[in-house]
Amino acid sequence: MPTEQENLEHLVNRRYEHGFVTDIATESLPPGLDEDVVRAISARKNEPEFMLDWRLRAFRMWREMDEPTWAHVHYPPIDFQAISYFAAPKSDEDRPKSLDEVDPKLLETYDKLGIPLHERARLAGVAVDAVFDSVSVATTFKEKLSEAGVIFCSFSEAVQEHPELVRKYLGSVVPQRDNFYAALNSAVFSDGSFVYVPKGVRCPMELSTYFRINAANTGQFERTLIVADEGSYVSYLEGCTAPMRDENQLHAAVVELVALGDAEIKYSTVQNWYPGDEQGKGGIYNFVTKRGDCRGANSKISWTQVETGSAITWKYPSCILRGDNSVGEFYSVAVTNNYQQADTGTKMIHIGKNTSSTIVSKGISAGRAQQAYRGLVRVMPQADGARNHTQCDSLLIGKECGAHTFPYMEIRNPGAKVEHEATTSKISANQLFYCRQRGISEEDAVNLIVNGFCKEVFKELPMEFAVEAQALLSVSLEGAVG
Amino acid sequence: MLQIKDLDASIGGTEILRGLSLDVSAGEVHAIMGPNGSGKSTLAQVIAGHSDYEVTSGTVTFKGEDLLELEPEERAREGIFLGFQYPVEIPGVNNAILLREAVNAKRRHQGLDDVDAFEFLKLAREKMAVLGMDPQFLNRGVNEGFSGGEKKRNEILQMAMLEPSLAILDETDSGLDIDALRAVAEGINALRSPDRAIILVTHYQRVLDYVEPDHVHVLSDGRIARSGDKTLALELEDKGYDWVREAASA
Ligand SMILES: Nc1ncnc2c1ncn2[C@@H]1O[C@H](COP(=O)(O)OP(=O)(O)OP(=O)(O)O)[C@@H](O)[C@H]1O
Ligand SMILES: [Mg+2]
Repeated sequence: MPTEQENLEHLVNRRYEHGFVTDIATESLPPGLDEDVVRAISARKNEPEFMLDWRLRAFRMWREMDEPTWAHVHYPPIDFQAISYFAAPKSDEDRPKSLDEVDPKLLETYDKLGIPLHERARLAGVAVDAVFDSVSVATTFKEKLSEAGVIFCSFSEAVQEHPELVRKYLGSVVPQRDNFYAALNSAVFSDGSFVYVPKGVRCPMELSTYFRINAANTGQFERTLIVADEGSYVSYLEGCTAPMRDENQLHAAVVELVALGDAEIKYSTVQNWYPGDEQGKGGIYNFVTKRGDCRGANSKISWTQVETGSAITWKYPSCILRGDNSVGEFYSVAVTNNYQQADTGTKMIHIGKNTSSTIVSKGISAGRAQQAYRGLVRVMPQADGARNHTQCDSLLIGKECGAHTFPYMEIRNPGAKVEHEATTSKISANQLFYCRQRGISEEDAVNLIVNGFCKEVFKELPMEFAVEAQALLSVSLEGAVG
Repeated sequence: MLQIKDLDASIGGTEILRGLSLDVSAGEVHAIMGPNGSGKSTLAQVIAGHSDYEVTSGTVTFKGEDLLELEPEERAREGIFLGFQYPVEIPGVNNAILLREAVNAKRRHQGLDDVDAFEFLKLAREKMAVLGMDPQFLNRGVNEGFSGGEKKRNEILQMAMLEPSLAILDETDSGLDIDALRAVAEGINALRSPDRAIILVTHYQRVLDYVEPDHVHVLSDGRIARSGDKTLALELEDKGYDWVREAASA
């Protein structure tokens, strides 16, 4: 169950969203992508010249690039000219009128997750016109942040209000040409979140944001930029545990984190995009580029993620450990069931001296799902005293699923200490019987075992998020055994 | 409490139990002995409801209900406890959490609220003290890296917490040092009461010195070949199983 605090935060974030929904022009662009489309997007968002130039450069790079094929996932070719790159919010006529018109299975899941009624309607894309009367709450929230000098707003707003910050940091971690999807995102991104925490400030609350898919339809190419100035701290929560439907199949988001000297960013994600039905139809392709740059000395970035959704996930939150003594962490639980495919992992690039990184990856596969862990640890020649510890565990439920591990190590400094441990285990029939003999149902037994398997990662999540993540896992794995 | 009539059961197509009958009343302790491979564990697993075993004929009733109709967890919640001959390791699952879940599963079945976390820990620590178990075992993975004897003690701890109406202990006395045997026997005796029954599967007279059985049975080739009182165990110690087999085939 979401806690009071969390409901509160969700409400508040919704206010933020409403703040910029109105900026969006009402007309969608026809499918297809060329320079004119990029110009049109930029124009509709009223962007300054530098943003348009930046997008156009990205578009030209993207045109020269090929879609990557190295990941361990399979899907029919995507026709990038068949996608509409600027979609107006769906008019209320096209949406379900009430929850009665929504897939009962989806509602059942919301029920199990304890999602409040009004929240269900929003998540399922029901036309809701009731704007929450949470002005006072939102005001307190905003006041608190602005007192501390923290900027937390939509990307569009940031481009208008803080162009100098956007200009300075956008693309400084994930350059336009970084990869095919990042280039595409850079050219056409619709919106996203922007956070700036000034020097020495400890952000007074966890910043959380729900993706705004059905509400404003900005989610397909989302862009997030978080900058923690010297000595600051921020914890950011992304996503939500409720499965979200979206008419857009392809999602290619980019998240950039910048931690200056002595700063720390904790970025937690619970990702639960619609995985498709039991046959895997209709699920979302989630191709994300997430990267953090520990730019200053003694800085720290941790990624914690719980991934249960999407038909296909392609995602490698990474850390560039540039500053001396900087620390990168990656804690991940990825669940794949039915026909889901996931290729995830991380990259830790050690550049500064005495940099250290920790990777804990827990992969759970059930049904016919395929999952790959792909991790790169690179230690540059100048990174004296670099250390990495990687723990990569797979848990298989059933016989038809698969787990694959691809650890890459590029160690160019002989003094580096790099450790890699990997295990694969199965939930055995005897373990389940043992639990059942103690009166615990099979489903609860699976949950116990899965939660035990994931606890190192769960303990990194903010408390309420951890509780939700556990509930989410049990729903995701329902019917996985037996 | 438990009535087994003409039970035939097989595993992987091999028939193991052949026409086994056994009657256990509340308040009784039954010892089941018999040579290796005679079907003792099979009987225990069938009562507990392990799906690898197929019951091909016969009936099992527990407290007047058809036991074979129930899922394993339902049997457990109704009060059947099996102390496994080879307790399985469940790495990563906290021993205390499994124990608490088990206790709560039973309480919910009885329409009771979940146990208070503090009360639960207090009770578990008390029981552990009686069994000579270090409380640290609560924080470890279920049976994870436990020695053979530690696993057996952990089974008895679970039994003590769950207070089953029928406890089947499959060679829980094997592999225990002398102190542990005494502690485990104490645990078993503590459970004895007029409304509970215990089935002790064992190879040794030793445990029966501590837990005095009302009935002793010898299982041979999938059926009860001989039954008697506690003196039968002593007789067996003396004469071996061949004596029973000969008598049975005579
Ligand atoms: N999967 C199987 N397929 C065929 N035979 C099996 C299978 N599992 C067990 N058995 C056989 O069933 C018989 C009975 O086994 P069981 O474990 O019940 O014996 P037991 O009386 O408990 O022996 P012990 O005293 O050694 O514990 C054995 O001969 C065993 O080999
Ligand atoms: Mg046996």
